[in-house]
Amino acid sequence: MAKIVIMGGGVSGHTAASFLNKWLGKEHEVIVVTPNSQWNWIPSNIWVGVGEMSKEDVVFPLAPVYEKVGIDYRQAKAISIHPEGKQDDDAPYITIEYTNQEKAGQKDEITYDYLINATGPKLNFDATPGLGNGQGQMGEHTVSVCTADHAIHANHELEKCIEKMKAGERQKFLIGTGHGMCTCQGAAFEYIFNIEHKLKERDVRDMADITYISNESFLGDFGMGGIHFNMGGYATSSKVFAESLYTERGMDWIIGAHVNKVEAGKAHYELLDGSTGEQEFDFAMLIPPFAGVGLKVYAKDGSDITDTIIAPNGFMKVDADYTAKPYEEWRASDWPKTLQNQTYKNMFAIGIAFAPPHLISKPMQSPNGTAINPTPPRTGMPSAMMGKAVAQSIVDMIKGAEEPTHTASMSEMGAACVASAGKGLFSGTAAAMTVYPIVPDFEKYPGVGRDMNGTSGELGLAAHWVKHILHHLFLWKAKLKPGWTLIPE
Amino acid sequence: MATEHVSHIKPYSPQFGVMIPLGFQKFLRTCVIYQLFRFIAINIRMTVLILKSHH
Repeated sequence: MAKIVIMGGGVSGHTAASFLNKWLGKEHEVIVVTPNSQWNWIPSNIWVGVGEMSKEDVVFPLAPVYEKVGIDYRQAKAISIHPEGKQDDDAPYITIEYTNQEKAGQKDEITYDYLINATGPKLNFDATPGLGNGQGQMGEHTVSVCTADHAIHANHELEKCIEKMKAGERQKFLIGTGHGMCTCQGAAFEYIFNIEHKLKERDVRDMADITYISNESFLGDFGMGGIHFNMGGYATSSKVFAESLYTERGMDWIIGAHVNKVEAGKAHYELLDGSTGEQEFDFAMLIPPFAGVGLKVYAKDGSDITDTIIAPNGFMKVDADYTAKPYEEWRASDWPKTLQNQTYKNMFAIGIAFAPPHLISKPMQSPNGTAINPTPPRTGMPSAMMGKAVAQSIVDMIKGAEEPTHTASMSEMGAACVASAGKGLFSGTAAAMTVYPIVPDFEKYPGVGRDMNGTSGELGLAAHWVKHILHHLFLWKAKLKPGWTLIPE
Repeated sequence: MATEHVSHIKPYSPQFGVMIPLGFQKFLRTCVIYQLFRFIAINIRMTVLILKSHH
């Protein structure tokens, strides 16, 4: 009997656990360790943040789902990995600390045959003074939509602003990234459009000044070095697409910005040209940078080998080419394929937890030496596809394969992204974007790095319908309800 | 009037050099009949993408 431990129960970890459990059956053991008691369909937090959905619409408790299918669920956070076991026992294991009420603070050890690291990100609010509270949590000056609870808080603050505008008080909105090394610009992109849509619905749009601030070097970079869509027979840059959307709605933008300090009603930033500025706000939603969750790795003798397994940004090294090289020498083949750690072949890292070999966007810094780059997005569809591919590989390895049999390289997979621009059955719109491959491959697709037959973008009601249907489909799938395997990742 | 869709643009501002949709394009975005066809098209496009991405 093999024992597979999955650290993390988000999109990638939950996908891996669900498929492993289905394919391996009862004769093998699948254990999920996650500090959260609830699963959150994060893309719909945007709608919680503007009061269009409740928390209950976007979360569900994990325990009953795992109990139903026979997955061993531990509500706990992973602390350390011991891939060589102990002095007197070769069995690799992890240490965990329970987070549920009954066992809070208790520590435990779980041995494994295969380990999947799907721990996701630590929301590193404290990387920017004033964005965090100094204790790892969000500070008091801004809001966030990274969790369902954050989104509820964001909506409360939004409602306060709407009341002020109804009373005749003009309000300034600042939405974007809260640090020069953030990823997830898509969430900020969706939130700013949903806020604008909400303010129109509530007849207060003319009382609002809305500004987008981002570490992208151009609007529409999205941490992917931009995208060229096939639009109306033209290869059209996402810069053109995004600038058009912001301009149409009368929203300003500040681009190439590293927010270096936040205080009550004011964000300070440095731009790529080295200049500095301040932006006042009454309402600010600034995405924090992501970091690894702080896992430690120990050898058999107890020595700390974290640096050999975990990259400096806190994410786990896998089968990528981590050789430092200039942008001009980056290749699509640098990106990992099997997501297998190369030191300990029974360890894998998926979703946000794997260490990318480098950025996707061209690295940039200000004349002062401040790095201002969007970091690679690896959430949603690619995360789930990695989870499924690694699950398939582990099943085959249990059955005798010596190497992973399936791959999920971001340079060989596409992504479909549906970004909401306002909710409403007949009034809503969203941007439906497909990109292939996610990491541009300039050798295979010279010029723009992407297959123009697979990369497209459009805005409209149909995309909103797709977004809404995907919300229900993915929650159905995550709850492992009948037919869940028919729903693609 | 097409002009109303660009009346908020200031000359030589960053927004001045941007492609801006006019009335018909905006109408199409929420025209239910047109969007039903786009819905089918988006679904086909995404299905092809998913099939290409599994290895």
